Amino acid sequence: MKGWMGKVKSVFLLSLLALVLAGCGKENLTAFVPKGYGAESSMNLIILSSLIMLFVFIIVFLVYVITLVRFRKKKGQEDFVPKQVEGNKTLETVWTVIPIILVLVLAVPTVAATFDLADESGAKDGINIDVTGNQYWWHFSYAGEEIQTSQDLYIPTGEKVYLNMQSSDVIHSLWVPSISGKMDVSPENENTMYIEANEEGVYWGKCAELCGPSHSLMDFKVVAVSPEEYEQWVEEMKKVDPEAQPQDAVAQDGKAAFEENNCMSCHAIGSSPAAVGPNLTNFGDRSKIAGILEPTKENLVQWIRDPESIKPGNKMTGNYPELSEEEASNIAEYLLQLQPSEITPESAGN
Amino acid sequence: MSIAAAQKKGFGAFIWDYLTTVDHKKIAHLYLVGGGFFFLLGGLEAMFIRIQLIKPENDFLSAGLYNEMITMHGTTMIFLAAMPLLIGLMNAIMPLQIGARDVAFPFLNSLGFWLFMFGGILLNCSWFLGGAPDAGWTSYTPLSTQSPGHGVDFYVLGLQISGAGTLMGGINFLVTIVTMRAPGMTYMRMPLFTWTTFVTSVLILFAFPALTVGLFLLMFDRMFGSAFFDVALGGNAVIWQHLFWIFGHPEVYILILPAFGVFSDILSTFSKKRLFGYTAMVFATILIAFLGFMVWAHHMFTVGLGPVANAIFAIATMAIAVPTGIKIFNWLATMWGGSITINSAMLWSLAFIPSFTIGGMTGVMLASAVADYQYHDTYFVVAHFHYVIVGGVVFGILAALHYWWPKLFGKILNEAMGKWAFWLFFIGFHLTFFIQHFLGLMGMPRRYWVFLEDQGLDTGNLVSTIGALLMGLGGLIFVINIIYTAFKGENASGDPWDGRTLEWAIPSPPPFYNFKQTPLVRGLDPLWIEKTEGKGEMTGAEPIGDIHMPDGSILPFIMSIGFFIAGFGFIYQTDQKAWLLAVFAGMGIALLCMLIRSLKDYHGYHITKEELEREAD
Repeated sequence: MKGWMGKVKSVFLLSLLALVLAGCGKENLTAFVPKGYGAESSMNLIILSSLIMLFVFIIVFLVYVITLVRFRKKKGQEDFVPKQVEGNKTLETVWTVIPIILVLVLAVPTVAATFDLADESGAKDGINIDVTGNQYWWHFSYAGEEIQTSQDLYIPTGEKVYLNMQSSDVIHSLWVPSISGKMDVSPENENTMYIEANEEGVYWGKCAELCGPSHSLMDFKVVAVSPEEYEQWVEEMKKVDPEAQPQDAVAQDGKAAFEENNCMSCHAIGSSPAAVGPNLTNFGDRSKIAGILEPTKENLVQWIRDPESIKPGNKMTGNYPELSEEEASNIAEYLLQLQPSEITPESAGN
Repeated sequence: MSIAAAQKKGFGAFIWDYLTTVDHKKIAHLYLVGGGFFFLLGGLEAMFIRIQLIKPENDFLSAGLYNEMITMHGTTMIFLAAMPLLIGLMNAIMPLQIGARDVAFPFLNSLGFWLFMFGGILLNCSWFLGGAPDAGWTSYTPLSTQSPGHGVDFYVLGLQISGAGTLMGGINFLVTIVTMRAPGMTYMRMPLFTWTTFVTSVLILFAFPALTVGLFLLMFDRMFGSAFFDVALGGNAVIWQHLFWIFGHPEVYILILPAFGVFSDILSTFSKKRLFGYTAMVFATILIAFLGFMVWAHHMFTVGLGPVANAIFAIATMAIAVPTGIKIFNWLATMWGGSITINSAMLWSLAFIPSFTIGGMTGVMLASAVADYQYHDTYFVVAHFHYVIVGGVVFGILAALHYWWPKLFGKILNEAMGKWAFWLFFIGFHLTFFIQHFLGLMGMPRRYWVFLEDQGLDTGNLVSTIGALLMGLGGLIFVINIIYTAFKGENASGDPWDGRTLEWAIPSPPPFYNFKQTPLVRGLDPLWIEKTEGKGEMTGAEPIGDIHMPDGSILPFIMSIGFFIAGFGFIYQTDQKAWLLAVFAGMGIALLCMLIRSLKDYHGYHITKEELEREAD
């Protein structure tokens, strides 16, 4: 059974790979190339159910085509009256029993996988991260480590990481297609889901539950690094001094402007758990600005000056004094220099 | 009444006639016009959505407007287009199929239509009054309770009013089928379309109250300061999802079962064979309806209900595949050995089989909970339910319109245009939605205003938009066909398709009293039996005698206006207490109409035997 399934699976995966190479999705985003435990579980069931359904479809389609070709009204037989058949017990039993068997074939592994992915027994000794969904950004708080980050979630490869998720406003849904299926992030109760990445990489994460105008822009990244690199990252993040003065004058002006304009009433730098807005501790290491923009200074200045033009409906717009071009540029310089760790998305290989 | 005759009476009289009518056939016309209008509106919204997604990071629509567009597209298509069109068809055909002269409650029938219409208009007024609802057609709390402006208020009141109309329709059809079948028309001799009307009405009766309750709770949260869904005040946000899907899943069957009935009738007629496995078809319908109430949480696999709930609902959902499979094979067996005629009505029916099979199969794939963790809330789901609702319901409505158009209006729709419309729509449909299965797994969640560049999603979305434009073109040709047929269409006889069921035993369009004599039914496919074994036409179950007919009434129209006014009052009293006056005035009008209806006697009138006999000459 196992060997047979294995062969089918490898053939299927190969053809899927071909599809992807032919343009069926972007690596580390598409669910077609699973690189994590949950995504693999889902993919196994997707393959199994697709095969069953393909089998059914081929039969239906064959009968359908044969029927249409054979029994279409023919010239010269306009008056032909077919036999009025009421039914056929044997046939009807066959097409009742076979679908029941097919459904059972799918049901058993479905139930097994459902319980497997809901198993939280390892959570006590594993890495736990509290995830908060916000309109329109993600916050990650590393339980027991006094580390806070936003937008980029660092995890070690080959280990189950337990995400304890809750929303601060409306319902969101956390989805990293290449690593794991999704789970809702609700204001009501905490949902726990574990994710496990098989290999290093920067994986795209998305919000999958309509949460407002910028729902489609609520992207984040999962940065999966080797366990050693992860340890290093944790150590370096814990050592961050939020008061540290930047090296150059422009960035120092930026820090001053950051403080003058009271940015830190919402944005923490360091391990303060307050998170009205995204935590900026490792802002300079982030793979994207606001989850979607390339991390250039130009983009950051635009984001700081007019966030509404980038993420409509965001909560920053209108909640801080208007900034001059120069102030914004200085603040951007300061923020881009916040690079407390040598472990960055580049460390993850791409 | 033909349009020409009405024009002789003058336009005002024509309008008045339709405002006051209680004739099930005229109410059917109203439903088809109303539902057709909203279908075009919903289609236009779909075009805007697809144009926005034609390329990455497009700015054709703003983010807020896009969310309004998707919300209104879904809400309009489900509540204001698909359902009214189907109820219109049921109204037109079901009484004829059971040999009845009207539905059980003609006044209620009219009220049902006007409530639907004014509910739909109220909902769409939001476009002009500060913005449409923007929380999705599912209106999940707390997004919907927190949505600023009045959009969601219009959603609540509009659906509440039109929902009341639908509930009345359901009850009316139930009573009609239970009490008004012609002599000999036993339950197991009813045509499948009548059966599915019956089962659908049961579904409406049990499913709509859940929506009504949900909408009331939402209304109180938004307008009167309650906190049913407010977590901070001890409320429960997830309960909305349960209420919505306890309604929403049966709603899918409310839409698809009548379409199944349509296909059963059409495939049997144009294969010249009785429906294969009639009994199995009936019980499969009932079983689907029954199971349809036990699967709602498969819309909520990612909510975090736990593995036990997810496993149970996964298996229950998969079980629905069995009766649905039975139906597909029975349809194929009906055609097998037959003499198949392919015309427009049949094209839509034939296209349904593979299209809906795909939709049903992706449904089983979605039922596998762990696989759903990937599909959920992505374009895979969008593809799935469009395969079911377009490939099943819309194809069914279009097949039914081509099939029964002669019966409804006495004219046959143009075949050439019918085929053009079909092929464009059919090809466009598969272009639009097939690729969306892949887009979903490639990482595109649904309800995305924009997708970013360089995510491998460009080609799929472009193809999808091209397909949507083709569908739009097909739809347009169908509209042109209707207009063309109205003026230049070929007149139809009473039985243009060599039909099998009772509606084909009377003239096209039927006289307003339907059957001069209530027919005597001797078996399944009664007209076919008379054609092959009898004298070729139905025998009366009674001698020709006086027919009692109900009076028309303007009260349903006025009552609905009352609710419409009250709806505005409820929405705006949160801004300005003076609007409570509108609530009282509107409710007062409705109440007054009820009072008049209750206290005044309506005797109806009789068509005398002499008049009937004169007409026969």
